[in-house]
Amino acid sequence: MAQTTAVDPAADADDTPPPSSSPRQALKANSASARERKFGRKLLLPAFVVSVIITQVPFLVTIYYSFQDWNLQRPNDRAFAGFDNYVTVFTGGSFIPAMIATIIIVGGSVLLSLVLGLGLATLLDRKFVGQAFARTLLITPFLVMPAAAALIWKWTMLDANVGMVNWALGLLNIPAVAWNTDFPLVTIIAVLTWQYTPFMMLILLAGLQSQSGEILEAASVDGAGGWRIFTAMTLPHLRQYLILATVLGTIMMIQVFDPVAIMTRGTGGTKTLSYLLYERAFVGLEVGEAAAYGVVTVILTIIVATLALRSVFKFLTEEGSRS
Amino acid sequence: MTSATATRQAPSRLGRKTTSGLVTLFTWFVVFVFFFPVAWMVFTSFKTEGAAATFPPQFVTDLSLDRYRDILGRGMGPYLINSTIASVGSTLIVMLLAIPAAYGLSVRPITRWSDMLFFFISTRFMPVAASIIPVYIVLQKAGLLDNINALAFLYVGINLPIAIWMMRSFFAEIPREVVEAAQIDGAGYFRELVRVSLPMVSPGAAAAALITFIFAWNEYFLANLLTSTLARTTPPFLGSVVDGRGQFLAALCAASTLAVLPVVLAGWVAQKRLVRGLAMGAIK
Repeated sequence: MAQTTAVDPAADADDTPPPSSSPRQALKANSASARERKFGRKLLLPAFVVSVIITQVPFLVTIYYSFQDWNLQRPNDRAFAGFDNYVTVFTGGSFIPAMIATIIIVGGSVLLSLVLGLGLATLLDRKFVGQAFARTLLITPFLVMPAAAALIWKWTMLDANVGMVNWALGLLNIPAVAWNTDFPLVTIIAVLTWQYTPFMMLILLAGLQSQSGEILEAASVDGAGGWRIFTAMTLPHLRQYLILATVLGTIMMIQVFDPVAIMTRGTGGTKTLSYLLYERAFVGLEVGEAAAYGVVTVILTIIVATLALRSVFKFLTEEGSRS
Repeated sequence: MTSATATRQAPSRLGRKTTSGLVTLFTWFVVFVFFFPVAWMVFTSFKTEGAAATFPPQFVTDLSLDRYRDILGRGMGPYLINSTIASVGSTLIVMLLAIPAAYGLSVRPITRWSDMLFFFISTRFMPVAASIIPVYIVLQKAGLLDNINALAFLYVGINLPIAIWMMRSFFAEIPREVVEAAQIDGAGYFRELVRVSLPMVSPGAAAAALITFIFAWNEYFLANLLTSTLARTTPPFLGSVVDGRGQFLAALCAASTLAVLPVVLAGWVAQKRLVRGLAMGAIK
């Protein structure tokens, strides 16, 4: 597939082989390492083949479909369509709003969960009564099945009549809000933020705990205040963890479908690219047009994911293989 | 968040203990707010439908297991069984494929290993949009819609990359000397993998299996689209509990509690390993 080969992590591989392998390969006889490589390839092959069959081959077929004029209601009425489907995608008026919805939902949720996650990680990074228990409770939202989270939030938390959010607002004398009908975008971002904050928190907490206590103490002895230590030392130390959390969070959320399908059905500016494609293909039965949306979505995702992945790829592999 | 850092660093003062206590209190308040939707879900699942739908909410009311009996009586059992088959089955196959692949990638780096890694990680991030239409049409033609094995097979494709990534990072931690010593003792590559390396990464393999299981158990999009009655799994079933006419809140909460229970319990038990796996080995 294009996104895998176009980039050149191979260059990295030649320059910086994994630390564990370089001295060994230099020492070993050529024939032995060749046999070893052959063995390695054999081990890789099954997983590689399965991955190609399930993910790569269907994408090639999707590309083929995107050049077909094909509606499932008229299955026999199939013809080559040239770039017609792509023209529909870009001039049909649904694509740009869907892209904006995706950016707002993913961007908003990533940002909010990152900030909240940083706050929670900072609160948890100190000794207090029941610390382990607090952490256990805090990771729960991330473990909750997204379909259940969407339903519970929609019907018991955000419902206009019996929702607990409105009840809490009522305690503060704030009038009830019809979240689900008036602010669908907010409801989606709320659920996603609730689910992903624990994920961000866990990564950032690991970052905070890897910070050397002695250095912080020295800074404190030298008279640096809490805020100054946080901005001058903790945040720079956290930088790579923040990047990692952002990239992984974005990649997981960019395919967001469950809360949109369950809570809003794409109404009120929540029709993301993945929901739009679903609607065109499985409600409108427009295979060709939906395939074109699919191809465009994939290309956009590849661009974002490649840029994002490349920014953390070194970090992932170096940290992972360091022993 | 500043105060948290401040209290740790602050020189001892009279006010220090009070500040620390306040920060702890605030922390617990935030924890309570975050956990509240889950707690409320469980609490509501024990109420009667009437009590669940009253506003302002009732905090003291008769509690019973009746909603659980109702929801199981309405046939939730088969959905839970289907979910179990799809997630356990796909997890087993994923691990069978991922362990050798990760071993091949890490302990004996093949040429252009980094290319290979990039390939596997990128398939994980390929939107379902890329493949769903042909997959649907092929399954339809082959009569495999609403087939739990077909769903499990697709879950293998989704979860394989992340499992390979995690396992690779665990294999990479095995000291070279251990592997080389086994080889000098005359163990073949395969025997070395089974006898020496595998036992050393088994805790990591458990974590990878758990994460694979979680993703499969929670998956909604494919399950909703590719199954209808026979092979329907739990996530798409939950939505059907919502009833346009009658009251459904307590039943929905009971069904959701049952649906999230296995993953939440497993996640609580294995939380330390979970973190590392989810960060794909980038964090110890």
